Amino acid sequence: MYALIDCNNFYASCERIFNPSLNGKPIVVLSNNDGCVIARSNEAKSLGIPMGAPAFEYESVFRRNNVKVFSANFPLYGDMSHRVMSLLSNFSPQQEIYSIDECFLNLEGINVDLQQYGLQMKSRVEKGTGIPISIGIAPTKALSKLANRIAKKFPIETGGSYVIDTDEKRIKALKWLKVEDIWGVGRRNAKKLYAIGANKAIDFVQLPESWVLKNMTIVGLNLQKDLKGIPTIEMLPVEKKKSIATTRTFETDLRTFDEVRERITTFTAMGAEKLREQRSLCKRIVVFLETNRFKEHETQYYPSILIKLPFPTNSSLELVKFANMGLKQIYKNNVYFKRGGIMLTDFVDANEFQPSLFFNSDPRHKKLMKTIDGLNQKYNKDVVRLATQDTRKHKMRQEHLSKHFTTDINEILTVGK
Amino acid sequence: MQKELNAQKIGLIHPESSEQKYPYIGDIQAGFPSPAEDFFHDYISLDELLIDQKESTFFARVTGSSMSNDFNDGDLLIIDKSLEWEENKIALCFINGEFTLKRIKVKDGKCFLVPSNQDFPLIEVNYEQGVTIWGIVKYSIRKH
Repeated sequence: MYALIDCNNFYASCERIFNPSLNGKPIVVLSNNDGCVIARSNEAKSLGIPMGAPAFEYESVFRRNNVKVFSANFPLYGDMSHRVMSLLSNFSPQQEIYSIDECFLNLEGINVDLQQYGLQMKSRVEKGTGIPISIGIAPTKALSKLANRIAKKFPIETGGSYVIDTDEKRIKALKWLKVEDIWGVGRRNAKKLYAIGANKAIDFVQLPESWVLKNMTIVGLNLQKDLKGIPTIEMLPVEKKKSIATTRTFETDLRTFDEVRERITTFTAMGAEKLREQRSLCKRIVVFLETNRFKEHETQYYPSILIKLPFPTNSSLELVKFANMGLKQIYKNNVYFKRGGIMLTDFVDANEFQPSLFFNSDPRHKKLMKTIDGLNQKYNKDVVRLATQDTRKHKMRQEHLSKHFTTDINEILTVGK
Repeated sequence: MQKELNAQKIGLIHPESSEQKYPYIGDIQAGFPSPAEDFFHDYISLDELLIDQKESTFFARVTGSSMSNDFNDGDLLIIDKSLEWEENKIALCFINGEFTLKRIKVKDGKCFLVPSNQDFPLIEVNYEQGVTIWGIVKYSIRKH
């Protein structure tokens, strides 16, 4: 059996812990630069504020409804996430952290009342951190996702923890779930499914495998098996990521090569730092760009390029050099890019790596990177960066930032009166 | 994801023919081993001493005077959010929109939050008032 644990309205919940007077009030959290809404409390959802709402357009809605607005406080959210994940790791030897607010636990061999076990997780996490969670437990990962959705949708009936442990419950759940809400079924696949009259998950499960394979690839087929109750989607080990992606929507459409290069350089340097953190070297980089698909009258271009590196490396200098070589291949003049990113993949362990005879990472970079990472860690920001990187981080708009209650001794709670 | 883009793939450099492998030995340090090395783990850690549940431990700083017999301005508090409240423990409470410290007392089946400064009122815990016990103070650290 697998459990999927998910924090309820995670960012809003983090803000509430250190300001309980926000309980029951609408909260939104804004993206970097206070651009658009990236998280909403239930109260904000019921006001009809959509995900991704541009902050400037919704200012009057916020004011009229007394919505509390926060700039994203990632040091706080990251620390709270770490606490939640650490508490949950006590419930199974096998944990896969899926995102900042979600993880899977493999409950194989744990012979207890699983509903009770879920409720225990809930009370341990909520008592220890103040973060409310929902738990779904089922024979496969895709079904545990579905069980979680039920737990979240019906908190009173389920107590926030729901177990699918009979075929009857599985069928009932599949009849309830819309195909667009199936884990991993994207917008495009949902469209295909609706087009052939498959509206609920149960319809998807009953489709011939050949149709699923043809229209939704092996990924769709695995998903279908998982929903049938045959475990197909495996647990991934958590210790090390297999790829690191840094992707962003730009604040404005970028119109020059230098602007795009700066972003790609910054993303690559960020990825390289994460790579060094987990002591991996990477052998491939993907660089990609996207134009603004909402500006239909402008040229649409979505290039991506895979760069195989001549040697595995985690040096920012080397990775940036290769990423920029790739960028030059795909960049086109007079095309305006709205989004872009890099993905580092194909990792080898830095300790196990065997150097080759001719092409190797410059050994001097190892020390240099260690020094840069050390300085940046010590001074808590990017004090050292590559010349082509922008200083944007310091200019970020964060007008509604709460304190770094858990990570900065100068910003901890004050108690008094 | 890549599938959705007009993937345009090229390999830049592909030196497979030169991939000669030989064992990597690692960093070797020369010199006389330190006799202290075996005792390296014997040290005193304040973290270990003061924090037993790191996931639920939070820090706070004291201001104000309602607990002036117990705390000074600026004292650093180590608070465990997971602890159940108990008689005589000092709790970080959230009352009337503010965080405050109070000692917990039980009398005649009622629960009270008691300030240590007598100039401040005693608060009876009732649910309508919306008192939240946020965590229990485990240690306080004072600069001298």
